[in-house]
Amino acid sequence: MSTGQSDRAIDVRSVGRRFGLRWVLRGASFEVRPGEVVGLLGPNGSGKSTLLRVVATLLKPNAGSAVVNGLDVVEDAVAVRAQVGYLAHSPGLYEDLTARENLRFAADMLGVPHALVEDSLARVGLIAAADTRVRGFSAGMQRRLALARLSLRNPRVLLLDEPYANLDEEGVGLVNGIIAGIARGGGAALVALHELAPARGLLSRTITLVDGRIDAQAERAGREQPGVASGAH
Amino acid sequence: MAFRDDWRRVRAIARKDLTTELRSKAGFNGVAALGVTILVLLGLALGPDAEALRNAAVGAVWLATLFSGVLAFNRSFQVELESGALEPLLLYPGARWTIFAGKLLGNLAFVTLMVAIVVAAGIVLFGVRIPATWSSLLLVLALGVFGLVVLGTFYASMASRSRAREVLLPMLLFPMLVPVLLGATTASKALLGADLMHEAGAWMRLLAAYDLIFLVATFLAFDHVIET
Repeated sequence: MSTGQSDRAIDVRSVGRRFGLRWVLRGASFEVRPGEVVGLLGPNGSGKSTLLRVVATLLKPNAGSAVVNGLDVVEDAVAVRAQVGYLAHSPGLYEDLTARENLRFAADMLGVPHALVEDSLARVGLIAAADTRVRGFSAGMQRRLALARLSLRNPRVLLLDEPYANLDEEGVGLVNGIIAGIARGGGAALVALHELAPARGLLSRTITLVDGRIDAQAERAGREQPGVASGAH
Repeated sequence: MAFRDDWRRVRAIARKDLTTELRSKAGFNGVAALGVTILVLLGLALGPDAEALRNAAVGAVWLATLFSGVLAFNRSFQVELESGALEPLLLYPGARWTIFAGKLLGNLAFVTLMVAIVVAAGIVLFGVRIPATWSSLLLVLALGVFGLVVLGTFYASMASRSRAREVLLPMLLFPMLVPVLLGATTASKALLGADLMHEAGAWMRLLAAYDLIFLVATFLAFDHVIET
């Protein structure tokens, strides 16, 4: 059991993960330092979501190791979960509950006061729809509510899987505000991206995954991936 | 403090599950309707013989409870899977046994409501006379429902990751429920009759022992079952 203090927010070493006989991750290695926002790029099926889920403790790696703030994702999974904020591609909301009820449930699970629920709803512009069941929400509104849930906790590491999906310009600004806030506070973010444009100016660097392997690391986002920047994937 | 946090999570999950199920049109109404339909069909199949109906009442009520219960257990994890809510649930800080305990509590409340309707319908349709030992009968019902819900919730969590979960759950659950159903039906029949052999007490103790063993075993195993 580690102390959780480290100069690396995320340290992934030769991580491999397979589903059945198919290896989705094949020895991926990289690190993310505190204060960094790293973009994770790659074509569909390259292993971006699987890598995020391994770091988030949702999947155990079949090979290698992943460490978050000095805590191993397998050995210290409970402690890692307390430090990580993960936003999956699907919003993961309960459709028969209202927006407010969804956030109150999350607040109870996280042990934060219900007063924060109202702040979060206001932050994402959903106060007027707070008592509407999520079933009636558009995809963009659901995404905003998932962001509100994410902002209830104060994670040291953010793991975001295509966070800009279904969001308008204002929503993109919300995502970037959350990421920038975490990075400013000494946290780190790993963001899987389909398009580089919404995160431009925010990323410290990018990592590209191809067929489960790290393909290239560029120090500034967009500089060395013209195909990605145009949304070619 | 840690226990208070765990208990808060357990209550939150139970409350959320119960609210979602009661709001969903396909939830409570569908499950309760299935239970009553099974009773009506069995009643029609047995015919107008009052004595035959009374003798079959216990079996019919437990059969209806079993099939309606399976539908309820399947739904309790389906709600998490429908919109990808299982992953956020697994990522909340805290011990994962709280997820099982919350689901268990939610299912217990839901199935108890459903059983109340099934038993009431069973009493009316099968012409059951309430015996003097009704409190013992209620205890048997509670022990049987508890065993059913513990195992049902556990195997529903196990089957939830499979695409064939609707088929897999009964296949896993029914063999494991044999001791619970045997204890519950035999004790109930004894209490509804004269219980000349004084066998109800022994079956109730057996039922309680099975419930306790299954409760401990499922709590210990849940972490491994839900892990990927």
